[in-house]
Amino acid sequence: MIDLQTAPRYLFFTGKGGVGKTSLSCAGGLALVAAGRRVLIVSTDPASNLDEVLETPLSGTPTPIRGAPGLAALNIDPEAAAATYRERMVAPYRGILPAAAIQSMEEQFSGACTVEIAAFDEFAKLLGEPAATAEFDHVIFDTAPTGHTLRLLTLPSAWSGYIDSNQGGASCLGPLAGLEKQKALYAATVARLAAPAETVVVLVARADQAALREAERTRDELSALGVGNLRLIINGLFTATSDDSVALAMDKRSADALLVMPAGLGGLPRTVVPFLPRGTVGLDALRAIVEPASVSPPTRPSDASTPLPTGLAPLIDELAAAGNGVVMTMGKGGVGKTTVAAAIAVALARRGHKVHLSTTDPAAHVAAAIDGEIAGLSVNRIDPAGEVTTYTEEVLSKARGTLDVSALALLEEDLRSPCTEEIAVFRAFAREVDRGSEGFVVLDTAPTGHTILLLDAAEAYHREVLRTRGEMPEAVTQLLPRLREPAFTHVLIITLPEATPVHEAERLQGDLARAGIKPWAWVVEQSLLASGSRDPLLSLRGAYEIPFIRRVADTLAPRCALVPWLAIAPVGVDGLRQLDH
Amino acid sequence: MMKLEVYDPAMCCSTGVCGVEVDPVLVQFAADLAWVGSQGVSVARYNLGQEPQAFAANPAVLKEMEAGIDRLPIIAIDGQIVTTGIYPSRAQLAQKLGLALNIGEEAPKKACCSPKSGCC
Repeated sequence: MIDLQTAPRYLFFTGKGGVGKTSLSCAGGLALVAAGRRVLIVSTDPASNLDEVLETPLSGTPTPIRGAPGLAALNIDPEAAAATYRERMVAPYRGILPAAAIQSMEEQFSGACTVEIAAFDEFAKLLGEPAATAEFDHVIFDTAPTGHTLRLLTLPSAWSGYIDSNQGGASCLGPLAGLEKQKALYAATVARLAAPAETVVVLVARADQAALREAERTRDELSALGVGNLRLIINGLFTATSDDSVALAMDKRSADALLVMPAGLGGLPRTVVPFLPRGTVGLDALRAIVEPASVSPPTRPSDASTPLPTGLAPLIDELAAAGNGVVMTMGKGGVGKTTVAAAIAVALARRGHKVHLSTTDPAAHVAAAIDGEIAGLSVNRIDPAGEVTTYTEEVLSKARGTLDVSALALLEEDLRSPCTEEIAVFRAFAREVDRGSEGFVVLDTAPTGHTILLLDAAEAYHREVLRTRGEMPEAVTQLLPRLREPAFTHVLIITLPEATPVHEAERLQGDLARAGIKPWAWVVEQSLLASGSRDPLLSLRGAYEIPFIRRVADTLAPRCALVPWLAIAPVGVDGLRQLDH
Repeated sequence: MMKLEVYDPAMCCSTGVCGVEVDPVLVQFAADLAWVGSQGVSVARYNLGQEPQAFAANPAVLKEMEAGIDRLPIIAIDGQIVTTGIYPSRAQLAQKLGLALNIGEEAPKKACCSPKSGCC
């Protein structure tokens, strides 16, 4: 899986959410320590499950992993990094400045940008300062979901450029006052990423078109950044060993996806990790990834069963009865948020409703998932770059009437700051939610970590909006109250019947509760148990689903639907209709 | 050389573009300060969020802040506080500093608002 002889000091695993970055990072780390190396695994994912996979409670400093001498791991928790940073900035002035001043400083350091910047700062320390990780031979980054990872990876060059060109010094990078001083560190970070002898970036994909397309997008962007040492892992490739219809369909779908793999991706050195029936939690399961031959395949179908929850149709009927509102599908990348959102949108439109389907997912596959068109249904993607352009133009056109030339120049300069995207996307999100009073708006939201940042931003904005004067778009002031109104917003948590996705979804439900938002239903996607497959390998995997389906249906979900793994791909209007019968 | 000091409330940038809505007063004020600087006045600007030490080190500023956080922004010329709670216009700055405004240099008359800029 990793060439132990040539593995450089820094290894990155990146890919669409749910492709197995964390488990492959850990498996790679285990292979390296087995060869006598000292390895540090780092997660920069705000919704990291590294603790769970390694069965060890982790912190922001390296923790040795029991049972794997030489292996240590740490989590960069962006929230915690931001809190530490905030405290470092504010603490010296407690008791010196008035309480109101302290409070306003704290508020200033509570936004999404501070979180992002503080987390990046931690990341840059590990990558840009070799001394910080001197006791390890290798540092493996289990990077965050793709959109977020890319932002993290592109920031150093974007920021170096920004700091260089920002002559006026009216920098909007305020939350990190010392940023300019970090310039050398960021430059070192970029250089290290692009040096083939020091860094390899492993693109992880499943044998499905969306994951491969995403990997190709990443390959393209990384190449543009000068990162040349790339390789590809196809994770969990299934090969049918029976004539079961689901097994044959899965085999064919994987093979078809690999056949049409983008050329750039196909040209990379490639490793295939086969489909394994059990999960990837715990050191034994992780070692099986490195040596799949050590796992003996089952010979007979499993007979395990459990009463299954209903499909999606009853939930859609109940949603349709409301007549309008917002439906948000939430969950980690790769769990099928897009599929469920698109299926619900199509089904509501077919029931005669006006429906608008929109995505804030940076990886945006929604438009691709609905090939055909259907009466009453419109599809839109919140495109960050486009939103920034629109927002910048809107601000400048308003300002042109009141500002002189030099003030306009200053404004234009500050609008090039990284904060602008966060604000522009936030406003677009608010605008989409606002459309829910006219008909149905179905939002396929971004991966969990980013969504939480967005909701946090919503909370910060909400406070800001309450005390701000002037013209605030109605949609923005209404956002949080609307998201919290159960008659208006229906939040569906999407998950897979496996350990990590269910635990992550449970955490998401907790985070939402803290933001005052109560999920309306859960949807468990891609169930092999519900598919009725009698293939020995697939039915064994299906049997492993039972405790997770039970936990969701019996304990976690106010309403629950189970969607089987579908032999006909749920793509396009007809493919999606399978979910609504 | 005269010295103009501006003690801003906590905000992440001096033009306030990080707010939910850009405040034109802040943008114009930033440009006016650049003009003041070009007239041979030394200009220093402190943001409570970024440079709290400047506030803590100035007893007169601290005293104003004790009276209320809405006293910010505070503007001082050669150590004397001249305005609190407002961003003066270019004309007002020129008058307080004894600078001449050339024809055409008068900025739009939009000032004297308290900054409630949001931030990222």
